[in-house]
Amino acid sequence: MRKPDRKSIIEGHELRYEYLHYDDEGKVDSSYEALKGVDLDVKEGQFIAILGHNGSGKSTLARQLNALLIPTGGTLFVDGSDTRDESKVWLVRQAAGMVFQNPDNQIISSVVEEDVGFGPENMGVPTKEIWERVRKALTAVGMMEYRKSSPNRLSGGQKQRVAIAGVIAMRPKCIVLDEPTAMLDPGGRSEVVGTVRQLNREEGVTVILITHYMEEVIHADRVIVMDEGKVVMTGTPREIFSRVEDLKKIRLDVPQVTELAYMLKQSGVPLPDGILTIGELTEELGKLKGRK
Amino acid sequence: MLKDITLGQYYPGNSIIHRLDPRVKLMGTMVFIVSLFAFGSVSAYLLATLAIAVVVTTSKIPLKYILKGLKPVFVLMLITVLFNLFLTPGRTVWKFWKLSITAEGIRFAIHMAVRLTYLIIGSSILTFTTTPNSLTDGLETGLGFLNVFHVPVHEIAMMMSIALRFIPILMDETDKIMRAQEARGADFHSGGLIRRVKAMVPLLVPLFVSAFRRANDLALAMESRGYHGGAGRTKMKPLVYRRRDVAAYIAMAVYLILMILLKFFVKIPVNIL
Repeated sequence: MRKPDRKSIIEGHELRYEYLHYDDEGKVDSSYEALKGVDLDVKEGQFIAILGHNGSGKSTLARQLNALLIPTGGTLFVDGSDTRDESKVWLVRQAAGMVFQNPDNQIISSVVEEDVGFGPENMGVPTKEIWERVRKALTAVGMMEYRKSSPNRLSGGQKQRVAIAGVIAMRPKCIVLDEPTAMLDPGGRSEVVGTVRQLNREEGVTVILITHYMEEVIHADRVIVMDEGKVVMTGTPREIFSRVEDLKKIRLDVPQVTELAYMLKQSGVPLPDGILTIGELTEELGKLKGRK
Repeated sequence: MLKDITLGQYYPGNSIIHRLDPRVKLMGTMVFIVSLFAFGSVSAYLLATLAIAVVVTTSKIPLKYILKGLKPVFVLMLITVLFNLFLTPGRTVWKFWKLSITAEGIRFAIHMAVRLTYLIIGSSILTFTTTPNSLTDGLETGLGFLNVFHVPVHEIAMMMSIALRFIPILMDETDKIMRAQEARGADFHSGGLIRRVKAMVPLLVPLFVSAFRRANDLALAMESRGYHGGAGRTKMKPLVYRRRDVAAYIAMAVYLILMILLKFFVKIPVNIL
């Protein structure tokens, strides 16, 4: 399906970040290390999920990918550009678009299509091509019919899709979504995650989804679990969710179905590890029933 | 309460006035207002009335809707008129206790009333027929020459459009905070003016905190989408003058010339300024 020798789009080595707190005289009086040496390698076209609790450093990592924060230690290359190189900041931001948590606070214009055009306008794209990009981006997220609406009239999920369209219109190689569903209701959440998956599969956009909802990561190619500024686990969703005990230790839950399967297994039902969907569980249970 | 104000709101439509370039409409409004104050004669007012009547009819906005916009400023107008009426020195026409009305006062008051009414109608036609976005666009391009004097025109226009985007959000937020505080026993609706203003203070603190947080988020989002000021930016909807815009400019010039001609050649005696 995918070529094995894909190019790395994001290469991070030993990434660190320290938040400094200054006292009244402008001297550093305390510091907090949010990232403590994180390695990251994302290949083109991958769907990566980063999981972690509040304060695990996942948002700090996301902001580094967009050069909003510059690592205080280690090196980070985004599409071949070093994020520390100030002359390449705009290249980095164009290569790795970012969607934030609060849909209201990232929509700039009071008309949907104008907001989607904001990124291309900043890049200096000619007018005719802006319209083309806006049309394509809005179609890709299924918001074309709302192009003339005011963002205030849209639901949370729709607003977040507009925000995604705004990023796609810049034609990035990679989209970083920093907890895009944290403020949405379940309906909006599946709307957004569905859109992101579709973009990944159909348009081949590399996706880095940061979240703390377990259900959203089961379709990822690779899951990275972070805790206290470090990567503690990495692997396929199935590998990760087989380690129910380890996840509980860092206060993360597994998807409900996985949890149910795990509990059944604990009480003696012979089920395999790492069941991710309701379908898989019913299938496995059906097999057991057939055996008896 | 705030929803009743029609002044300054966009009235959707597709008339020729709606479709005019915002720069033309801005210029037209300015010409109109200046003409009101520069030419204060009965004949000038008649011409201005004619001009306004033509614009209102072509814009297809119901007159009633426009007059409704006058309501919130009515008190202000009344005060101005009364001050002019009673406090202008001159030949006394009518006296009651310490108040006296002078002939000059009556003239001033009428002038003031006409001018203010027309000023408000004129500028509200601008906002009724122009979306806030194209209005900011018009300001940005129309005032672009100010860049020479180091006026950050693009930045000001950007601030205006962001403000327009966030006004409804912040209004919603105010509403939420008010209800949250009311649930805990705050009272915003009873007592005198001073008491009610005092009750608003605890409302402002959370509102400001949240506005700053939003501003911070928005700045990050704008930066991550490659915003770096007006330089090197292209426009999704560039402003282009069309034939109707040229026609409107010509109409404006004709209006001004007529005003000047009236001033010099038609003398109707009620002329103070």
